[in-house]
Amino acid sequence: MKFFTIKRVLILGVIVAAVVCLLPTFTNTWPHKKINLGLDLQGGMHLILEVQSEEAVNAELDRTISQLKLDLKNEKIQHMGIDKASDHKIIAKISGADNKSGVEKLLSDEYAGLEIPSVKNISGGISFTLRLPDKESDSIKKMATEQALETIRNRIDEFGVSEPDIRIQSGNRILLQLPGISDPERAKGLIGKTAQLTFQLVDEQGDVNAALRGKPPVGDEILYQLRKNAGTGNQARTPFLIKKHVELDGSQLTNARVEFDQFQQPQVGIEFSRKGARTFERITGANINKRLAIVLDKNVYSAPNIQDRISGGKAVITGHFTLEEATDLAIALRAGSLPAPVKIIEERTVGPTLGADSVRTGLMSMLVGGALVVLFMVIYYRGAGLIADIALVVNIFLIGGGLAFFGATLTLPGIAGIILTIGMAVDANVIIFERIREELRAGRSPRAAVNAGYDRATLTVMDANVTTLIAAAVLFQFGTGPIKGFAVTLGLGIVASLFTALILSKSIYDMILANKQSDTLSI
Amino acid sequence: MQFIKPGTNIDFMGKRKIGFVFSLILILAGIVSLIIHNGPNYGIDFAGGTLVQVKFPQKVDVSDIRKGLDEIGLKDVSVQGFGEQEANEYLIRTSSDTDALGDQLSDTVSKGLKEATSLEPDIRRVEMVGPQVGKDLKKNALLAIFYSLLFITIYISGRFEQKWTIAGITAGALMAAVYFLSVFNLSMPVLIAAALIVSLVLFWYLQLQYAIGAIVALIHDVTITVGVFSLLNLDFSLQIIAALLTIIGYSLNDTIIVFDRIRENIKGNSDHTMVADLFNRSINETLSRTILTSLTTLVVLLALFLLGGEIIHNFAFAMIIGVVVGTYSSIFIASPLVFMAHRKK
Repeated sequence: MKFFTIKRVLILGVIVAAVVCLLPTFTNTWPHKKINLGLDLQGGMHLILEVQSEEAVNAELDRTISQLKLDLKNEKIQHMGIDKASDHKIIAKISGADNKSGVEKLLSDEYAGLEIPSVKNISGGISFTLRLPDKESDSIKKMATEQALETIRNRIDEFGVSEPDIRIQSGNRILLQLPGISDPERAKGLIGKTAQLTFQLVDEQGDVNAALRGKPPVGDEILYQLRKNAGTGNQARTPFLIKKHVELDGSQLTNARVEFDQFQQPQVGIEFSRKGARTFERITGANINKRLAIVLDKNVYSAPNIQDRISGGKAVITGHFTLEEATDLAIALRAGSLPAPVKIIEERTVGPTLGADSVRTGLMSMLVGGALVVLFMVIYYRGAGLIADIALVVNIFLIGGGLAFFGATLTLPGIAGIILTIGMAVDANVIIFERIREELRAGRSPRAAVNAGYDRATLTVMDANVTTLIAAAVLFQFGTGPIKGFAVTLGLGIVASLFTALILSKSIYDMILANKQSDTLSI
Repeated sequence: MQFIKPGTNIDFMGKRKIGFVFSLILILAGIVSLIIHNGPNYGIDFAGGTLVQVKFPQKVDVSDIRKGLDEIGLKDVSVQGFGEQEANEYLIRTSSDTDALGDQLSDTVSKGLKEATSLEPDIRRVEMVGPQVGKDLKKNALLAIFYSLLFITIYISGRFEQKWTIAGITAGALMAAVYFLSVFNLSMPVLIAAALIVSLVLFWYLQLQYAIGAIVALIHDVTITVGVFSLLNLDFSLQIIAALLTIIGYSLNDTIIVFDRIRENIKGNSDHTMVADLFNRSINETLSRTILTSLTTLVVLLALFLLGGEIIHNFAFAMIIGVVVGTYSSIFIASPLVFMAHRKK
C-alpha cells in the first residue's frame, strides 16, 4: 500500500497551506497576510455618515440664481425676483412682457441644461419656471458624496490613524472604520466639520440692533462670533451684520498651519493660490479702513480692520484657539471643505479595554467548549472519537487560514461563529459514525462498514450543511460589520468541516484499517 | 457507549397531537407576549437611540449615575448593571436625541459621571443609531429571515421532491411580491407574515410536502425563540437576528437527517399502508444522531453562554433556545406534518 496517494497529498497540501496562511498572524513571514481584528476586538470607532447631498443641489441652485441675475443685469433686463422653489425649481419673474424673447434666448444659450416646465404671464411681466433635471441633481449628489469621501479621507490621513477603512456604503452614506483610535471625539469633530471658509465684509453702515429686532437689510445677514469665557466656561455670542456677498472662499487656499502669535497663542496661518492672492489684494486694496470678517461654517472667527492693501497672499485666523482646535482647523482647511454637511447617523465606539476583554472571554469559551466536545467524542466514540477530534483541530486551522488568506475581519460574533463551528463540525462525523454503527450491527466487516457508512452518509451530510450555508450566505448579504464576520466564520467553518469529515477522517480510517485485519472497530 | 439503544421504537406518529398541542401553547404564549409588549424589546439597533457602557473602579449607586446624566441634560435614561456585579459595569441607554451633545458625547458623559460619583469612569463602548438606520436595519433583518426561509425551501423541495422548478418559481414570485409591496410602505412584519402564510398555502396546493414540513418547523422555531425573548423582556439586537438565521440553517440539519432516512426507507418499501410505521422507524433510527449532533452544539453554546462575556450572552441564549426547540421540532413537527401530507395523497 502506497502511503502517498493523491488523496493524502491533497490533504497534506491543504493543511500545510492553512498553516502557512496562519503564520503571518503570529510572526512576520511570507505571505504577510494576517487575521484582521474587527473594531469590537481591538477597539476603535465605526461611523456611518450621511452626506446631506440635497444641500449640494441647493448650493448649485443658488449658484445658478446668482449667475442668472448677473447675466440678466448684463443684458439690461429687469427682474422682480428670482427664487428657489420645491423640487429643484427656480422661479424667475421678469419685468415687462417685451423681454420674453431676450430671456428665452439667454436661457437657451447659457442655461441649456435646465428644463423649462412653464412660462406664464403675470401682472407686470412674465414668470419662467426653470428646473434642474433629475439626472443633473442625481449627478450632483453623487459627486458631493464622492468629494466628501475624498475630503474626509484626507483629513483622516492627516490625523494619523493606522489602516483606516473609508468608503461609500450606499447612496449618500459613507462608512468609516478607525481602528485603535485613542481620541474618538476629536476625530468626530474633525470629520464632521464642514470647514466652509469665506471672507465677507462687515456692513458698518447698518444697525446691528435694528437688524436683530427685525429683518436684516437686503444683502446682509446676521452671523455670530462665539467666544468661550476662560473663567466661567460660558460662551458669549456677539452678533455681526455681514454682507452676504462672498469676496473669497476657501477653495483658493493652498496651505494652512498652526502658528503662534507674540503672546504664544495658537492661530492658523493660511496661504492663498496666485489667483486667490490677487483677489485678496484687490479686496483689501478696495476696502482700506473697513472690517473684513473671516467666517467659518457661518461663525465669525475674527473681523479685523483692513489697514493696507495686502499682497503676498497670506492671512491669519485668530480666535482664542486651544492648540488642538487650531491643529484640527488647519487639517480641515488643508483637506478642503465638505461639499455638503454630513450627519453622523450611526456610531459604534469600543474602548481598547473592552476589546481586550472580548478577545479574552472569546478565547476562554472557545477553549472550554472545544475541550468539552473533544472529551465527549472520545468518551462516546472512543477511537472514532479521536479521529473526529483530529478532524476538529484541523478544522480550526483551516478556518484560521481561510480568514487570513481572504483578508477577512474577525469580530466578536465571528469568534462566536468559530465556537459554534466547533460544535457543528463534529456533527458530520456523528452522522457518519452512527451510520457505521448501523452497518456493523447489520453484520458487515469493519472495512465494509466504514466504506458503506461514508458512502451512504455523504449525501446526508452534504444536504444537512447546505442549508446552514444558505443561512450564512443570506446573513453575509444582509448583515453589517460584526454580523458579517459571524457569517464568514460560519460559512468557512461549514466548508472546512465538510472537507475534514468527508475526506480527512475517511483517509485516517483507511490508513488504520489497511494496516490490520481487525475483527473489531473502536467506535 | 450509547444513549439510544438499537431497536428503540417510540410511537412518534401516534403521539404527534401531544407535540402539536405543546408547540401551539408555546407559540401562543410568545405571540400574546409580543402583542402585549408591542413587539420584542428592540435594542438601539432597531429602535435607534444611544447606548454607553461604562466601568467604574468601585461600586457606584445607580442614582448617582442618573443624577450625573441629569446634570448634563440627558433625560429619559435607563441605567442597569452589566455583567458580573463585582465588575462595577453599567449600561446607560437613552432614546432621546443626543445631537445636542454632538461630538462630545463621551467627554460630556464622562465629566458628568465623574462629578456625580467622584470616580474616574472608563467609557468602554458607545453606540448611537439614528432613527433611519434603525428602520433600515429592521427591514433588512426581516427580509433576511424571509429570503433565508424561501431559499432553504427551494433546496428542500429540490432535494427531496425533485421539484426544483416549481419550488423556485413559487419562491421567486413570493420574493418579487414582497419586494414590490414593500415599496408601498406597508408594515414589514405584517407583509412578511402574510407572505409566509401565502407560501404555506401555495406549498400545500402544489403538494410540496417536505417543504411544508420543513418551513413550518422553522417558523415554529423562530417564533418560539422570539417569544421567549419577549416573555423574558431580553434585548433584541442584530445579533439575535444572526442567531435566528443560524437556527434556521442549523435546525434543518436534524430535519434533513430524518427526511433522508424516510426517503431511504420509502424506497425500500412499496407497501404504503405501513406509512406510520415507516415514519416511526425512520425517526427512531436517526434519533441517536439527532440528539448527539444537538448535544455537541449545545456544549459549545453553553460554554459561550457562561464564559463568552456579556455582549455575546444574549446571542448564545438565543442559539441555545433555538437548538433545543429545533431538535424537538425536527422530531415532533416536521416529520408528522410530512406524514399527514403524505397520507392525504
